[in-house]
This record gives sequence, C-alpha cells and structure tokens, in this order.
Amino acid sequence: MLIKKTSTSDISENEVTPENIYKDRRKIIKSLGFLGAGALLSGQSQQAHAISWFKDKDEEKSALKALKYQADEPFTEALTPEAKITSHNNFYEFGTRKTDPKQYEGMLTVNPWQLNVDGLCANPFKLNYEDLFSKYPLQERIYRMRCVEAWSMVIPWVGIPLADVIKQAQPNGQAKFVAFETLYRPEEMPGQKSRFAGGGIQYPYVEGLRIDEAMNPLTLLAVGLYGKELPTQNGAPIRLVVPWKYGFKSIKSITRIKLVNQKPPTTWNLSAPQEYGFYANVNPKVDHPRWSQAQERRLGSGGLFSQNYIPTLPFNGYGEQVAHMYKDMDLAKFY
Amino acid sequence: MKKPQYKIRVTKCVAHLFLLSLTVITYYQAIIGTDLTGQYINDPVKFVIHFSGMTGLQVLLLTLLISPLAQKFKQAWLMQTRRMFGLYVAFFACLHVFSFWLFELNFQVDLFIEELVKRPYIWLGMLALTLLLALSVTSINKIRAKMGPNWQKLHNWVYLVLVLVWVHFYWSVKATPTETLIYLAIVISLLAIRHKKLLKGLKALKRNEKIS
Repeated sequence: MLIKKTSTSDISENEVTPENIYKDRRKIIKSLGFLGAGALLSGQSQQAHAISWFKDKDEEKSALKALKYQADEPFTEALTPEAKITSHNNFYEFGTRKTDPKQYEGMLTVNPWQLNVDGLCANPFKLNYEDLFSKYPLQERIYRMRCVEAWSMVIPWVGIPLADVIKQAQPNGQAKFVAFETLYRPEEMPGQKSRFAGGGIQYPYVEGLRIDEAMNPLTLLAVGLYGKELPTQNGAPIRLVVPWKYGFKSIKSITRIKLVNQKPPTTWNLSAPQEYGFYANVNPKVDHPRWSQAQERRLGSGGLFSQNYIPTLPFNGYGEQVAHMYKDMDLAKFY
Repeated sequence: MKKPQYKIRVTKCVAHLFLLSLTVITYYQAIIGTDLTGQYINDPVKFVIHFSGMTGLQVLLLTLLISPLAQKFKQAWLMQTRRMFGLYVAFFACLHVFSFWLFELNFQVDLFIEELVKRPYIWLGMLALTLLLALSVTSINKIRAKMGPNWQKLHNWVYLVLVLVWVHFYWSVKATPTETLIYLAIVISLLAIRHKKLLKGLKALKRNEKIS
C-alpha cells in the first residue's frame, strides 16, 4: 500500500482552487477518459466499468465527508457492519440485484442538489446540498431496519427529524399527507434509463406518509450513516427513514417533499397493490402473500450457521411511540 | 466404439468436478460468511438458496439442450451423458428445498409445513421436485427396462417441470428483473425446438381424457 505523507503546511490543489471549479475539472478529465473508452466498449455494465477505471479512488473516499452530530444513546442490539449496510441495497435505480447499487458508489452527482419542500403550506422553500448538512442540527439515530423481504439490520443514521423540515414549511389545515419523490436522472441512473435494468417499476420512485406519521419524532430525513455522509447506494444525499415501516417506505435521494390533501401514490403499491400497501407497517401477523413476516434474519457478520433468527415485533418494536396513530384501524386491511 | 466411450467419460468427469466443486466452494463461502477475497457474503442464506435454485434451472436447461445438440451435430454419444445431468437437476432441487428449510426457516418443521400449504409459488416448486424425483428413481436401468414404453411417457413430463420451474422463479422475485426474461426466452426456445413432439403429446393427452 502506498502511504502518501502530507505535512500540515502542504496545500493541496483542492484548497487553492474553488471547490466547484476543482470538481468540474475532474469531471471533464473523467468524461474525456470515458469517451475514449466508450469508443471501444458498448453496453451498460461495460460503461460502468469504464467509469470506474477512471475514478479517482482518493476522491471517492474523501467525498464521504465526516459529519458533526449529536450522538445517540448506546443501542442494546449489535450494529450491522458498515460494509454490509453499504453493499446490500435495494435501489432499483441502480439495478435490481442487491449488490448492483454499490457499483455506482460516488457516481451520482449529489452536489449541486435541490430539495423542494412545497405544496399546501405557507412557506415553501428549497434546500441545496450545503443546507442539508448545515441548516439543521444533525442527530444520530440508531434504528432497526426491517425489509419487507424478512431480513433486518441495525443502522446508525445521522439526520434531521422530518417534523423540523415540515414545521418550517408551515403546512395549512388542508395538508393531510406528505408525498416524496426520488431524483429522476436516467443519465446517471441506469435503472431509470432501461425498463430491463430497473425491474419494470415506474420511475421516479414515489412514496408517501400521513401527516401525523411524518410529524412523528421517530421519522428521520437521513443525510449520513456511521458518522459520514450517505454513500450513493444508501440514498445520497438525503433519504427518508421510517423505522416502524418496511424498508421500501424509506425513499432515497429525495428531490421533493410535497404537502398534499389526498393519499399520494406509492411505487411498490402501484407495482403490486395486493402485496404492498400504503401503510406498510411492520406487522408479524400480516403475511406478505408469498412469505411469512413472523420472523426475520438479522444480518450480521456471521455465516450460514450463525444466523440470528428473531421474531418480528409489531411496528418493528416501536409500538410505544407509534401504535396510537393506528388504534382505530384494521391493520390487516390497511397493510 | 472406443472413442465415444472415452468422450463420455471425460465429459462426465469434467461435469462432476465442475458442479461439485462449485457447490462446495459456494457453501464454504456462505458458511464462513465471506467470499474468497475476504468480502462479506451479505446474506449467506439467500446466497445458497439462489445458488441451488439457479444452478438447478441452468443444469435443467443444459439437459434439455443435449438431444437437440446430439441430433444437429450427429454426436450420439452425448445422449449418454444426459442422465447424469438430469440427476444433478434433482440434486440441486433437493439442495434448494433443504437450504430453504434449514437456513431460511431455521429448520422449524411447523413453519416449513405452513409455508408449503400457504404459498402457491412453493406448490409449483414442490410439484416440480416431485416429478424430478419420479424421473430420478425411474432412471435406474432395471426399473427403466421394466417400464417399457411407459418410461418415455413418464419422462416427457420433464417439459412440464421446465415450465413449472420458470414460473416458480418468476413468481418468487419482486418486480421483473431482466434475468427472468432471459430465462423465459431460453425456455421458449427449448420448447419450440420440440414443438412437433409436444403438440403430438398434448393431442394424445386429450384423446386419453376423452376415452376415460
């Protein structure tokens, strides 16, 4: 391994060059290399490789900057290793296999970014990339993540309570739901470009919450993971985390949060309404039509014979904080 | 006569070596939880379930490719390797069910039975497995000889197995990954090569129904 020593008095190129110019320059160099390779290669996966050949490894590493945040209390359950959280992802915009999204790490342009908060409110506003990390105090939240596919993780997120963002927008009385939308950028998201690569679901990915769910103190807009900003595959630069619902509710790479008066459409519900409902609360008593939700496998560092099988808890164990919102509802009907 | 015997042996030997070592390496990685380069196998359980299922399907496709290849290239000896591949299909199908029960369901009998009863896509898979086991048992030479022309009739059910396995695969995934469509294309091609035989078989089935 080459260890490059730099003394503190050294000035690197990115310090003397304004950051955006520095990054643009990098982009031009990369795209030149890419054009050359593109003449030799065709096909998506090869393009992906071509880009990664020209990727500056140092730039990729340093791109995930460390965040300042208020630490959460220690969690009683073991955290899932970072390497697993960042390489086992459902993010169909980057391919349908769980290992696909990691191949695109660092390849989504997240700066500049624009997140629009608007709809039925008195104060619509926009957040840019810098705002996501500086406008609100960041908090660490260690949450269980239960996938609808019956595996689970424990993840130390860093983020902003969604309620803080919504309060700033000053929703009016008509706002009953919140609609979310993922970035639509087929040129950087191969799953959006090709029906085949994207599994045939509709893009952009959309999700929604009832306003009381959105305002619940547990609901988080995550901008970081394990103390650093989110990598591409985990939904950079900003994603939703709703820990008492199945993972697919936690929409990634959000560009729009809109206050609306009707239940908004949600991607997996559009794709298979009999399998994925709007609420998608974790519920061991309501099976997915094709598998049981009564237990889950907690993904840790172990192999086949050290799997951790645990019974799934109602609301993923967050019943105390959220069950009251559903007390008059038939959860088998509103799954 | 000497030469084809030699070809058959080499082909079988290579196939055994390849399929068994692939299986051993895959399960070894899943058991230690990391691959050969030291990276995590993210979900070792899904890893072995997918491996056994997909390899079973791939070997099934290969098995059904043997007779068209033998005909086209006039290599009759190839037919003598077909039973071995067919038995591997049954082997991977058993491994698939066993891995699901042992690792996905933590070897719980009640849960296993519950899943068998509740999930239509598992019914298809189990029906395919049952047929495969019937084909395996009747591949013993003595039994085959006793069965006479019924043997071929029974073994034509492999085409139903092919369809069942693909539907089981398609039904078990979320959305529609490209992979399922690629396999569909291969399944259709393998059936299309045999369209005359299959149509004849279907007609015969209908006739039998009318008689009974």
